[in-house]
Amino acid sequence: MFSYPFMQRALTAGVLVSLCCALLGVSLVLKRYSMIGDGLSHVSFGALAVAVALGFAPLAFSIPVVIVSAFFLLRMAGHPRWNNDAAIAVMSASALAIGIVVISLTTGMTTDVDNYMFGSVLAMTDTDVTLAVALCSAVLALFVLFYHKLFAVTFDESFSRATGLRVDLYNSLLSVLTALTIVLGMRMMGAMLISSLIIFPALTAMRLFRSFRAVVLCAGGVAVACFCAGLAVSFAYSMPVGATVVLADLAVFLGACLLGKAR
Amino acid sequence: MEEAQTELLLCRDVSLGYEGQPLLEHLTFSVKPGDYLCVVGENGSGKSTLLRCLLGLLPPLSGEIVRAPSLRSGAVGYLPQQTRAQRDFPATVWEVVLSGFLNRRGFRFFYSAAQKSEALMNMGKLGILELRDRCYRELSGGQQQRVLLARALCAARQLLILDEPITGLDPAAAQDLYKTLEYLNSREGMAVVMVTHDLQPALKSARTVLHIGRSGWFFGTRAEYLDSPQGRRFREGGERA
Repeated sequence: MFSYPFMQRALTAGVLVSLCCALLGVSLVLKRYSMIGDGLSHVSFGALAVAVALGFAPLAFSIPVVIVSAFFLLRMAGHPRWNNDAAIAVMSASALAIGIVVISLTTGMTTDVDNYMFGSVLAMTDTDVTLAVALCSAVLALFVLFYHKLFAVTFDESFSRATGLRVDLYNSLLSVLTALTIVLGMRMMGAMLISSLIIFPALTAMRLFRSFRAVVLCAGGVAVACFCAGLAVSFAYSMPVGATVVLADLAVFLGACLLGKAR
Repeated sequence: MEEAQTELLLCRDVSLGYEGQPLLEHLTFSVKPGDYLCVVGENGSGKSTLLRCLLGLLPPLSGEIVRAPSLRSGAVGYLPQQTRAQRDFPATVWEVVLSGFLNRRGFRFFYSAAQKSEALMNMGKLGILELRDRCYRELSGGQQQRVLLARALCAARQLLILDEPITGLDPAAAQDLYKTLEYLNSREGMAVVMVTHDLQPALKSARTVLHIGRSGWFFGTRAEYLDSPQGRRFREGGERA
């Protein structure tokens, strides 16, 4: 099945994006920011719709928009006086609604919506693959270089702050990378499903392992394996790839739950 | 002032608050090496704000906070209140304790052998050596506090700052924690600054007391505090301030 160039592109970009999602996801899930991924994917959907309607280059327009919203969401999530999850829900619903209205005003509810919502393997271009490679290298480099600092910031922000770590810098880095990953990933995985790439591998790994390092490694492995399995199933039965990957993730997660219980 | 040299922390005529709204005004007190200071007061009187200022996370509205040169660059052992997210965090005790060294590590990727042995020593002092490979989320509240205390010891040699350390501990675990702090203070010469609600046991080991109330503040030794109007109220009523 890899004789098709689009499948090669989908595999390369998909493996890299899932790996990034899983690594970032461990931090996001542990910091209780799981919903941010969901919110960002909906914002990304809205931004893409607007970009297509106005004739902008889709990625060039949506990447800055999503990065800005990522900062905004992160600020909001850390705000003591705001109702964070409600605020995120409001934001993602609004972005979704804006996107749909814009699409129906311009091209009509065609396959575009379908593609954005549920993804398509055909959506990955050569540019996307190049971007995915660059992004994934950035995320991996970040993880290796700042592994201990990210651990400290994830585990205990106030302690890290008190010992002079630049917590806000690391949080911003985390949100920028998450935003980029989501914008890239959602064209293939779809806005509805991309956030599960962030959440599932981390949850699965947390069921099975007790040290942070093992959780990070396991999440990466699970994400890549599930993506490959999902892609293969999607190719064999011509189903949307986002859904099959999520189902593979779900199956592994349930297996991990059982295994965790059995111990 | 010449005494600024010998003090770990010196607050001089400090006003604290948020967005220009002062919570506390004209606060003056100091923490010397080996001190044991209890910060007590009603909820909302500004105890946490004070801690944030002492840690350098929040600038005071006016006045100055002088830190000893040895405390600059964040060499403070801070024991924050536990967050909800930490309770199911997948990390080994070893990973958590070592993370206390971050401020001294610079850009090196691995922890040095000296840091690892220091971490083991600190874990030994707190009696958690055998928990080394256990998962943090599977420990009891008291054990978790010890782990965080070991991490704080890795971050600092001279000063521990604790924010309501016994919240959520059962009485026996709380007792243990006080004993450990007393040991660190008297044997290791570690200065302790502790914010607490739990006045009675905390006052037993405290050397100095800072009482913060909405109407004013008091700073003095334990004996002076017990004779002050705020302290007397506590002694007669046996109530929690």
